[in-house]
Amino acid sequence: MSRPEEIAPAEIFYNDSESQKYTTSTRVQHIQAKMTFRALELLNLEDFPHYILDVGCGSGLSGEILTEEGHFWTGLDIAPSMLATGLDREVEGDLFLSDIGNGIPFRAGTFDAAISISAIQWLCNADQSGIDPKKRLLRFFNSLFASLKRGGKFCAQFYPLNDLQTENILGAAKIAGFSGGCVLDDPESKKNKKYYLVLTAGRSERNINLENVTMDAPETTRKLSKKQIKENETRKDYIKRKKELMKKRGKVVANDSRYMARPRKIRF
Amino acid sequence: MKLLTTNFVKCAVKACDSSADSFPLKYEDVQLVQEEQDFNPEFIANMLERLDWAALLKVAADLGNTSLPSHKPDDVDPTLTENEPLLRDLHSLLLETQITEGKMVCGNCQHVYHIKNSIPNFLLPPHLA
Repeated sequence: MSRPEEIAPAEIFYNDSESQKYTTSTRVQHIQAKMTFRALELLNLEDFPHYILDVGCGSGLSGEILTEEGHFWTGLDIAPSMLATGLDREVEGDLFLSDIGNGIPFRAGTFDAAISISAIQWLCNADQSGIDPKKRLLRFFNSLFASLKRGGKFCAQFYPLNDLQTENILGAAKIAGFSGGCVLDDPESKKNKKYYLVLTAGRSERNINLENVTMDAPETTRKLSKKQIKENETRKDYIKRKKELMKKRGKVVANDSRYMARPRKIRF
Repeated sequence: MKLLTTNFVKCAVKACDSSADSFPLKYEDVQLVQEEQDFNPEFIANMLERLDWAALLKVAADLGNTSLPSHKPDDVDPTLTENEPLLRDLHSLLLETQITEGKMVCGNCQHVYHIKNSIPNFLLPPHLA
């Protein structure tokens, strides 16, 4: 399966025909709607109307759902054609042509919450010379942290290329001061697996909704002492360790071979 | 772009983050449109707490409206009927007034952001990014 991230930068990939195709495809509409509802469910917002930032709003598919739910929103996107399609569809929210890697141009404490559907993986790309994805991620999360009110929540669905990208994104969010982590929906399915980044800026009275989410605490392996390591090692490990040591001391040591440390055949 | 948004938007340049002049932006050559929206008193009351009234006065003056009260109305309860005229006024000012064309200038770095078809362009040239 080809990834649009590998073809061209977002503002070039989503040209007039591509954004038209994207917006009118019922399959895309259905998936986007499902993911937006899931993001809202994770955010667990109170019942009154909120002011929400939609990062990478595109043509406003996710924004329409925010409007339906009674929220007011402002959307940022880098692709002019997508925004033009959004204008044609007369979406309710304000649209901004902006590169989220250069920061979010809003003053402190503007938004109650922020969502992002299939957008932030684009930040991991380096499309031009002199662009550092790490710096862009940091700038994005720092400015997002500032523009959310204290206790504001951010839920982002994204398509990471590999675990390293997820790690980079999570790392940048942590440095910016967010707390939270990654929620995986449908982890068994290769096709329907969905990553949601769920973050809070400071403490919130209403926690994020983590129903039906199983926690995967990182396995903490106790560091073994030198003595314990020695007790647990096999005969082969022992020989390898001794050979290494002798090599370090400048002694002539036989080359490693696959027959090393094998017991001899019984002859009688 | 709604007038409400002008109360939040600031310069995107990183060097302007620490400057007090980067908010509010200065509005020039602006064309306005009144567009009807659904009235939602709860949201207006909610946003009222968050508004920077001084900035709103400044932007309104840029747009040629100097008739706003000099102090922010406080403690507005959206459930009381006597507050409705005030909230309706705010609604038509903040949500129904839209900027379709114009320029925004940062007070610190003097960078000009253009608004076209009611979409502000916040893309930065490479030397500012």
